[in-house]
Amino acid sequence: MATVVRTYEPGYWDKFYLPAIARGLLLTLVRMFRRKDTIPYPDIKYVPADGYRGLHRLNKDEDGRIKCVACEMCQTACPAHCIDIVPEPAPWDDGGEERHPAKFEIDLLKCIFCGFCELACPKDAIELTEIYDYASFSRDDLIIDREGLLKVYDITSMGNIYERQNRGESIQIDTGNL
Amino acid sequence: MIPFYIGATLVKVLVVFSATLLMIMAMTLAERRVSAFMQYRLGPNRVGWGGILQPVADGLKFILKEDIIPDKADRPIYLMAPVITMVPALMTMAVIPFGAPLQVGEYMVPLQIADLNIGLLYILALTSVGVYGIVLAGWGSGSKYPLLGGLRSSAQLISYELAMGLSLIGVIMITGGLTFGEIVAYQQETGWNIWKQPLAALIFLIAIFAETNRLPFDMTEAEQELVGGYHTEYSSFKFAMFFMSEYANMITASAFMVSLFFGGWDVPFVDEAALGNLGVGLSVLAFLAKVGFFLFLYIWVRWTFPRFRYDQLMRLGWKVLLPLALANVFLTGLYLVWKA
Repeated sequence: MATVVRTYEPGYWDKFYLPAIARGLLLTLVRMFRRKDTIPYPDIKYVPADGYRGLHRLNKDEDGRIKCVACEMCQTACPAHCIDIVPEPAPWDDGGEERHPAKFEIDLLKCIFCGFCELACPKDAIELTEIYDYASFSRDDLIIDREGLLKVYDITSMGNIYERQNRGESIQIDTGNL
Repeated sequence: MIPFYIGATLVKVLVVFSATLLMIMAMTLAERRVSAFMQYRLGPNRVGWGGILQPVADGLKFILKEDIIPDKADRPIYLMAPVITMVPALMTMAVIPFGAPLQVGEYMVPLQIADLNIGLLYILALTSVGVYGIVLAGWGSGSKYPLLGGLRSSAQLISYELAMGLSLIGVIMITGGLTFGEIVAYQQETGWNIWKQPLAALIFLIAIFAETNRLPFDMTEAEQELVGGYHTEYSSFKFAMFFMSEYANMITASAFMVSLFFGGWDVPFVDEAALGNLGVGLSVLAFLAKVGFFLFLYIWVRWTFPRFRYDQLMRLGWKVLLPLALANVFLTGLYLVWKA
């Protein structure tokens, strides 16, 4: 295998170091005025790219009903076993879906955000959103239930939540009481 | 009733002392902000308005932290060292003229605490005392890394003090005086010394970087090799004192540099005396601006260049700067003889 050998021979002026020093100083001075990479987080929020896998949501259909039919496909697909579903007959009787989740809980501390539930879902009911900054002081608060997941749908269905927050809209992400 | 000159001096002492401390605080913030900006970061910007109260928060934190004295430390020396570093660092500001003489009633108050007739020697002597603080801190900590840091520091400071002292001789030769008053007055009449002694100015600039232990000459601290250098074992406000004296030394060195080579408080193309007390204000601002530039240069250089290796540092000091400084003395002598 051929190797490229690079050697450095200092020229006459290089031996004074001063031109190189001046170049170095100029570089840092110019760089000082460049755009900063830091995002001052709580004031301006980082907007994740499309396809980011964050907090889950349960989608609603046009009538505002939960799309989920409690088939438990996501629960089966989940490698972390963080989804807990209890099905029941649907409360409506107008030709809509016949099955309905009585309980739909996700333990967010167990979830690894792989997105398999999203892929497994035959009804496009469960989906991962862009929300990354939910935190809590207790483990219980980080188990999100059916109503909570539907609420996440309400706040995320009108466009990227962080873009809206950066525009000044006040949107609360609150897993605590979900 | 205290005589006017004593009262005026006391006021000047107070002003210079508090101004120096304020500048130290501003420098700690400037260091963090400028370094952040050079690395595309924002730096501390949340305490106070845009972060300007950050130094206060840092100071409070230092005061509230636990003060640890290692078992193996040589207590009296360990406790003395920060004081020995801090006091000379603040004392040196006494001979720096920071403005044109101020007219107060019938008196002319020189804006300088004391125009000693050995002003230059006073600064050189006091900065040398400051080295004791570092060496004693290294020794008194009873720990190997501080000791190594202290030893390196003493070797480095001795090497660069030679070049620094010799570069000053050129200035002393052309101005014919050791007082700052004379040197500044001379520069007002005939133009700044930087044009007459560029080589001396360069050597002096490099030497003060070494004397204040700043990058690229911060052998004494060299985090990667020496943990933290001479102040490894210091905590709480004793550490803060080393930290502050480093910045105090930088301020003194910048003021020294400005007074010697950049006309002190002289405003170019302006006759301060003709403007009365407005000219005095202008001269103080000019002085602060010049010192500010050199303080920025300190930070700028620190965040641009890597540290020298120890042998490179010694080689630069002894084999390059010392002969150059000697040559500068010789050339200045030739010039003076030719002029006479």
